[in-house]
Amino acid sequence: MKQEEDFEANLAGEDGQGEEAKRSWFKRIKKGILTSTAEKKETPEGLWSKCPECGYICTMTELRENLFVCPKCNHHHRIGSAEYFEIIFDDNKYDVLFENIRSKDFLHFTDLKSYGKRLEEIWSKTDITDSIRIGKGTVKGLHLMMGCMDFEFIGGSLGSVMGERIARAIDVCLEENIPLMIICKSGGARMMESAFSLMQLAKVSGKLSQLTDAKIPYISLQTDPSFGGISASFGMLGDLNIAEPGALIGFAGPRVIKETIKKDLPEGFQRSEFLLEHGFLDFIVPRKELKEKLATVLSLFKN
Amino acid sequence: MPQDKNRQFLDFEKPIKDLFDDIEGLKQKAEKSKLDLTDPIKKLEERVLETRKAITQNLTPWQKVQLSRHPDRPYTMKYISKLTTDFVELFGDRNVKDDKAMVGGFASLDGQTVMMIGQQKGINTKARQLRNFGMANPEGYRKALRLMKLAEKFNKPVITLIDTPGAYPGLEAEERGQGEAIARNIYEMMRLKVPVICVIIGEGASGGAMGIGVGDRVFMLENTWYTVISPESCSSILWRSWDQKEKAAEQLKLTADYMYEFGLIDGIIPEPVGGAHWDYDEAASLLKPYLINTINELKQMDPEERVRKRIDKFNKMGFWDELPA
Repeated sequence: MKQEEDFEANLAGEDGQGEEAKRSWFKRIKKGILTSTAEKKETPEGLWSKCPECGYICTMTELRENLFVCPKCNHHHRIGSAEYFEIIFDDNKYDVLFENIRSKDFLHFTDLKSYGKRLEEIWSKTDITDSIRIGKGTVKGLHLMMGCMDFEFIGGSLGSVMGERIARAIDVCLEENIPLMIICKSGGARMMESAFSLMQLAKVSGKLSQLTDAKIPYISLQTDPSFGGISASFGMLGDLNIAEPGALIGFAGPRVIKETIKKDLPEGFQRSEFLLEHGFLDFIVPRKELKEKLATVLSLFKN
Repeated sequence: MPQDKNRQFLDFEKPIKDLFDDIEGLKQKAEKSKLDLTDPIKKLEERVLETRKAITQNLTPWQKVQLSRHPDRPYTMKYISKLTTDFVELFGDRNVKDDKAMVGGFASLDGQTVMMIGQQKGINTKARQLRNFGMANPEGYRKALRLMKLAEKFNKPVITLIDTPGAYPGLEAEERGQGEAIARNIYEMMRLKVPVICVIIGEGASGGAMGIGVGDRVFMLENTWYTVISPESCSSILWRSWDQKEKAAEQLKLTADYMYEFGLIDGIIPEPVGGAHWDYDEAASLLKPYLINTINELKQMDPEERVRKRIDKFNKMGFWDELPA
């Protein structure tokens, strides 16, 4: 059985591996892996890649050409904003907006580490500046404002910066009459920002309401995983709510539900297909058809 | 309200319990020996009041969390009965079922018809199960929304009383779209054309609270908390242990004082000395003028202005650095 993922661990800024996986027989004397995270993307790097779902091994080039979808079992690998932008925007051309808005440790929140130190560490390791990137470009010639979450930045958690970047992106959408799409990939709210992160649910919902009044379409694409504060706000508020195949989507995480009801969860629970059957998604779109379908939808809204 | 002999005490309330025991002892003695002990009893009773005050003057965040969950604390229905007259409870979401963890209905507040909505906790073991410990399912949020829309149709202000340890994390809740239900409520409350006032009367946990928590004015009672996650869950995730809840409560800065200082709520409503559980009538009468005054104030604005200001208020929330572009 596939090891169950611990979203919360990602929100705590860790790698999400259970204690079991961390225990090892050998200790590394010298720090062996010297690759900086800037080079080591969310996407699997290296010459070969093994599918976490079916174990199929293929070259990275093959996987990349296949848009990071397993050629054998169709498993959609987790990718970051750079990859989504490349897949969706024409000629990989787009403007990145509001990168100058940065998180800060306003509350001096300290758990096992201080939030400020956590942020410094991430910034030093990656060129991703926060858990969402805003890109503006065209899809088959049609304008689109896109927000795409990066899971590697504290589990794609929703904090003040994500809220503010989306709010400002919506202001541009309103000014220039451009549709909005948000690609969700997040474990939920950023606990280190406490109630401020909770308030982002209301903040973004209020801004979406302005899009509604201006009759500008908003599409929410949910990818693996989309949880907590994301699904309890803009993740579920799209004019169209769509998802990639097999993505885990829900309000409460599977571990919490399991502990609450003290029963095993049924196969396929909280997967995209489950949500579609229960009426919460407009459609599921494979990554390879994403751009085409998006362009169709955007042109239908427009014409 | 429980009679004094049936009161329950938190560990830091022990000095009050001791005084109660002393008073009870004197009363029994007076009865047995036919002595007049009115004066010493009165003195002790005064000391009860002083101790209530002294104890709650310097509470830690975690102790405030405990107070917000005090077993004798008044819940939504209690406030409704003490604040309003002619309450007509309305049931059901017109879709799946009636969620007992979420209650609501029309009532008269000082002559003004209002829609009262809130999470309801149970007062004993059986009732707690019936009310699902104040954890609503999607149908609870949809029932709340139905009632808000009803209020909007007839131009009646909405008052929500928030008291929940969170939205219910169950299997059926997910099947019926817990996330969507909360999201929809937040969005629709933002656009509601009538005045909306929200009051945290106990626990304000995360999306479960915010699902009925978007208003023109959001208040917190003195001994309540409101944040993104319960201190226990926060401890288990960030500290990898359930034992750091005190620390988590401190770090989350979840008390009314902080929330007001941060500009995330619009006011703090005082409670009876020692906490709302000491006197339900007083708790309600302290809250009532805030509600009446705020409704009158909000009614002065036209609906569009109210909605615009509501959106603006929440849009200002957050903290970040803005580097030179």
